[in-house]
Amino acid sequence: MEGVRKVFPGVVALDGVDFDLRGGEVHVLLGENGAGKSTLIKMLSGANRPDGGRILVDGGEVRIHGAQDAEKLGIATIYQEFNLVPALSVAENIFLGRQPRRFGLVNRKQMNADAAALLARVGIDVDPRTPVSELGIARLQMVEIAKALSLEARVLIMDEPTAVLTSEEVDKLFRIVRQLREDGVGIVFITHHLEEIAALGDRVTVLRDGRSVAQVPASTTEDELVRLMVGRSIEQQYPRERAEAGAPLLRVEGLTRGGVFRDVTFEVRAGEVVGLAGLVGAGRTEVVRAVFGADPYDSGTIEVLGKRLRRHDVNAAMDAGIGLVPEDRKGQGLVLDATIQENLGLVTLGRATRAGFVDRAGQRKEADRISGQLKVRMAGLHQHVRTLSGGNQQKIVIGKWLLADTKVLILDEPTRGIDVGAKVEIYQLVNQLTASGHAVLMISSDLPEVLGMSDRVLVMSQGRIAGELPAHEATQDSVMALAVGTAPAEGGNATATKDVEGSRGH
Amino acid sequence: MATDTLKSSTDTGGVAAARRVLLNNGALSALVVLLVALSFLSGDFLSTQNLLNVGVQAAVVAILAFGSTFVIVAAGIDLSVGSVAALSATVLAWSASSAGLPVWLAVVLSVATGVASGLLSGLLISFGKLPPFIATLAMLSIGRGLTLVISQGSPIAFPDSVSHLGDTIGGWLPVPVLVMIVAGAATAIILGRTYIGRAMYAIGGNEEAARLSGIRVKRQKIIIYALSGLFAAVAGIVLASRLASAQPQAAYGYELDAIAAVVIGGASLSGGVGKASGTLIGALILAVLRNGLNLLSVSAFWQQVVIGAVIALAVLLDTLRRRG
Repeated sequence: MEGVRKVFPGVVALDGVDFDLRGGEVHVLLGENGAGKSTLIKMLSGANRPDGGRILVDGGEVRIHGAQDAEKLGIATIYQEFNLVPALSVAENIFLGRQPRRFGLVNRKQMNADAAALLARVGIDVDPRTPVSELGIARLQMVEIAKALSLEARVLIMDEPTAVLTSEEVDKLFRIVRQLREDGVGIVFITHHLEEIAALGDRVTVLRDGRSVAQVPASTTEDELVRLMVGRSIEQQYPRERAEAGAPLLRVEGLTRGGVFRDVTFEVRAGEVVGLAGLVGAGRTEVVRAVFGADPYDSGTIEVLGKRLRRHDVNAAMDAGIGLVPEDRKGQGLVLDATIQENLGLVTLGRATRAGFVDRAGQRKEADRISGQLKVRMAGLHQHVRTLSGGNQQKIVIGKWLLADTKVLILDEPTRGIDVGAKVEIYQLVNQLTASGHAVLMISSDLPEVLGMSDRVLVMSQGRIAGELPAHEATQDSVMALAVGTAPAEGGNATATKDVEGSRGH
Repeated sequence: MATDTLKSSTDTGGVAAARRVLLNNGALSALVVLLVALSFLSGDFLSTQNLLNVGVQAAVVAILAFGSTFVIVAAGIDLSVGSVAALSATVLAWSASSAGLPVWLAVVLSVATGVASGLLSGLLISFGKLPPFIATLAMLSIGRGLTLVISQGSPIAFPDSVSHLGDTIGGWLPVPVLVMIVAGAATAIILGRTYIGRAMYAIGGNEEAARLSGIRVKRQKIIIYALSGLFAAVAGIVLASRLASAQPQAAYGYELDAIAAVVIGGASLSGGVGKASGTLIGALILAVLRNGLNLLSVSAFWQQVVIGAVIALAVLLDTLRRRG
């Protein structure tokens, strides 16, 4: 690609980017969210067309106007959101639209056999007749790869394939990617995990604000890569300023929901950041959703400032001053096709209403103030949230709660899929909140983050609070020991897995 | 891109502004094209009398469509509006004539019938967790059935005082057109300025995000369908006053015209998008087309074909414009 340029309304997403890929190499595309990585690969897959510049394949200029064009050129893309049909079987998904046919009918036998061979190649043991809806995320990804293999792709683009995988699954993925590289496939690999670059990559192109700022070998040091990415060196990754803990704001006692969590008791004090650590599936998200009133619970109590909250009532929790930034930003946090102003005003909509009428001028003023405070990178308050980068989207979700003057803000995986620069901005926000006497309850699977930002760490394991560690005692080992402690039989494996995954954070 | 270049040309500011509005609004351009084409094809088309006539023909569907706009913006669908309109009109006529109630009370009862039908759909959807399509399909059947039961299958004369709604003010402005304009203004205000209106966009855009932001989604949905029922009742009364009687088969199939008007006006059936002005334009396009085809003496059978094609074309153009 030479001098590729793409303009979205109000934003230059890419400006004169050069990028080249050789057969048999892994070329890592690195950059903060909003730097233009997704835009770049969308032009290769035909989802976007460049406004300027050329795309060359084997020395000849090509125009990629749609997914079919990309397919013909042997370019396959695996997005973060998978393109699979849940109700259809694995084999049908692999050969969707290209099912082997006999007498005009789908030849299921041959299709299943071909699929089985491909699945064996990517190393997963799945019956090709299994519906895709029954597979976990890691296996879905392997199905996507099998689909790319079935297309005999010469170029494979992978957008943050490791974001959702455990370290064991990552190892498996790396083996497959290395195998593909040996077969001569050129691979574009996007990741936020810097240590994966040295482990897998050959070359790295760093994008910043829509320009390619450097092309370096994968052996470049992580510090150097971060400097290139954000254009400055980040001195402190976790800039936690610990404040004196005040009176208890939120008290949860004996919270239980059958089969999900049991006897969960904890409190959060003013000025505190409480980390909620644990393995995926330990019940952390379920507990905070129950605290927020989004889901019901069977027994126990939730009190804010000594006042008991009604069960399963989001509005009661909100009125008491609890806010939730959900795990699934796009699915639960944002109205993607509404404007920034609209999204920021969602929580305060009721408060800005007099006699049924919304004070829209007031809402605009507030949105303007908070978006400035959060340094949201946008074309204007009327930009649709869908077109923002992940980090800026997350700022909008947090912003709508800041406008409501939330006392206890619950953050569920607040920095997942967010670049280094935006992460630090979110941490600073957490500091501001606690400094002004509010409290934060933070779920995170990124162990260094939990340890770096929390004043106390609660560890959940199999639906229970397995233990509580003050910041100075909490280490990766002590947290993991608690996280897997109650089930030593199957825990050993998980410890190893999670340990590595935690440190993969940075 | 196009708008930028237009902005820079300062000499013809008014023309440029008009062009910009048209370029940004596919349905409006389609309406303008239709009006221009028909005024060339038929000398009678542009007369004041005929245009007001078009307004009257558009009024009932437009009022129904305004109610449907609320529902569609909130990512729902209301198939019952035609039946509810007929039911409300029949309740008015029956209670004023057969039951001998005072006319004002009959009107109140009629409007209450519309609201109650909407409430019932809303309750089925919010608490019965029925898909809107099914709940309002049931209400479509129930509404039409009750209409036939009450009227025993024959038209009931409308009270004279209400029938004036079908007349004109000052000898030229038809009351249905006035009601349509008032209903449209009310819709614009509700959608743009009120809590329930903003909640419609949030619910239609992402119901879970709306719920987790403290919007009481179930309650709002019930109100939204009740509003749709209210507008249906108004439309039913306007229709019956034009015909001077409540007819059991009145407004048959109008729910589809209403949905078509909303969609032609640029709303999305997946929710979160839609405007009162668009819906008005959509209803006008349908009425202009019917009127024009009548003036050109196109057979009623072919009219249906043309209208279907126009619906597809209007939405297609809008989709293409948005993509490009």
